[in-house]
Amino acid sequence: MTSKAPRFWRCIPQRYNLIGTHCHNCGEYYFPPRTLCPNCRRDAKIEDYKFKGTGKVVTYTTIYNATEDFDRMTPYSLAIIQLDEGPRLTGQVVAAPEEMRIGMRVKPVFRILGKEGERGIIYYGTKFVPAEEEIR
Amino acid sequence: MRPVSIIGVGCTKFGERWDDSLRDLVVETGVAAIEDSGVTGEEIDALYVGNMSGGRFVEQEHIGALIADYAGLSRLHIPSTRVEAACASGGLALRQAFLAVASGYCDIVIAAGVEKMTDVSSGVAADALAAAADREWECFFGATFPALYAMMARLHMRRFGTTRDQLSLVAVKNHHHGCLNPISQYQTEITVEDVLCSPMVADPLHILDCSPITDGAAALVLAPAEIAKKYSDTPIRILASAQASDTLALHDRRDLTTLDATVHAGRSAFQQAGLTPPQIDLAEVHDCFTIAEILAIEDLGFVPKGSGGKAVEDGMTALSGALPVNTSGGLKACGHPVGATGIKQAYEIALQLRGEAGKRQVDEAEFGLAHNVGGSGGTAIVHIFSR
Repeated sequence: MTSKAPRFWRCIPQRYNLIGTHCHNCGEYYFPPRTLCPNCRRDAKIEDYKFKGTGKVVTYTTIYNATEDFDRMTPYSLAIIQLDEGPRLTGQVVAAPEEMRIGMRVKPVFRILGKEGERGIIYYGTKFVPAEEEIR
Repeated sequence: MRPVSIIGVGCTKFGERWDDSLRDLVVETGVAAIEDSGVTGEEIDALYVGNMSGGRFVEQEHIGALIADYAGLSRLHIPSTRVEAACASGGLALRQAFLAVASGYCDIVIAAGVEKMTDVSSGVAADALAAAADREWECFFGATFPALYAMMARLHMRRFGTTRDQLSLVAVKNHHHGCLNPISQYQTEITVEDVLCSPMVADPLHILDCSPITDGAAALVLAPAEIAKKYSDTPIRILASAQASDTLALHDRRDLTTLDATVHAGRSAFQQAGLTPPQIDLAEVHDCFTIAEILAIEDLGFVPKGSGGKAVEDGMTALSGALPVNTSGGLKACGHPVGATGIKQAYEIALQLRGEAGKRQVDEAEFGLAHNVGGSGGTAIVHIFSR
């Protein structure tokens, strides 16, 4: 991660609270947020929307060999998650590799995602965990 | 638009070229291509060079001027342009050169590609490559390139029953082809067991499912077809040049087991060439990971969706098969100097169509296809060539 402070700060609403967008014209939801709707383009009526953060795993992998920023966290599981409102996103799932499966329900948790060395910014954001209906 | 031919080709040895700089590699390949074509410096109207990330790999931008300068052309003041589309930068350079000649604006144009990747540690290289993915919404959360393709592989296996062994067989085949190609980075045979025993990178992909970090450069000389015979006894016609885009992030795609950019570029290329997939004699496809070759042969229409793994297992894509794929060794074994790969693919097809591919020669090859992908499929470029 080679971010400087403004680059991280401007994404805080999205990364902390899963704020995306919704187009009133066609009804489509976007996460990460888009200010131009690919369906309606200039006819779009875009407004902010806070996603519930619940969804299901569409596909996943467990990473054993990461970039330098994530090297100390291996192995960790990464998934493409389809949110209940429709859009998909990429995020980490805090679960043992053998627990992971396609179709599993997940919910969001607030976690540290990384650090810029000893004295730099600490990056927070959303990870996912198996939802209670999964654990049961 | 007028027909365009390749009248000269050059390619460096691919590998870890510790003794050579980016500029050394460019000079080596540029001289080879220009000598092969017999053009003089004064005849060259323009240069295009594909380079993904000189800034990250060797802290050098402004690669266009650099290559014109070190190719000894600075006093001729020939316009030189660097183009970038991540791992499809080379294919894009070829397409820009093609358009310049086809339009009638230029006559003799050089299309080159170069990447010098081993001047940085493998961690820095991996991070530079990850910039081809969505930095804010994929990489920030820990995504790597192997991880993105691993997620495509897992879903492909789940939906279509593609097996772990079928993935391995792509690597086994491409290493075999690499052994027959003198410029290939790897000259060693591997087995299905070797792939499975190699370290896991991103489950289900092992290190031997992945293309390596490579230094290398390649170059082509293009000319209007009507004057090509003046320079070459065996000019290679570029029948089609197509390019398509898709979402930058994998998670936004219509379907996670299809590269729609490949589908669209492929369809457009076949339409331009007036050919259908069964008429193609050999193909160089973008096998940055083993699963990527399976996706490519499906998305280009060579086999139905979901049957790519089976086609590999049945030997269809082997040197002796109905459609030899990646006779150069592909990105997997020949190596993947990202900016050079798209040009190297065209170089391999040109050698095959000229009948100069030595031990890996495909008999009576008439039509060849090259398929180059940027990132996880945000860009795809397809060219079709004929004798």
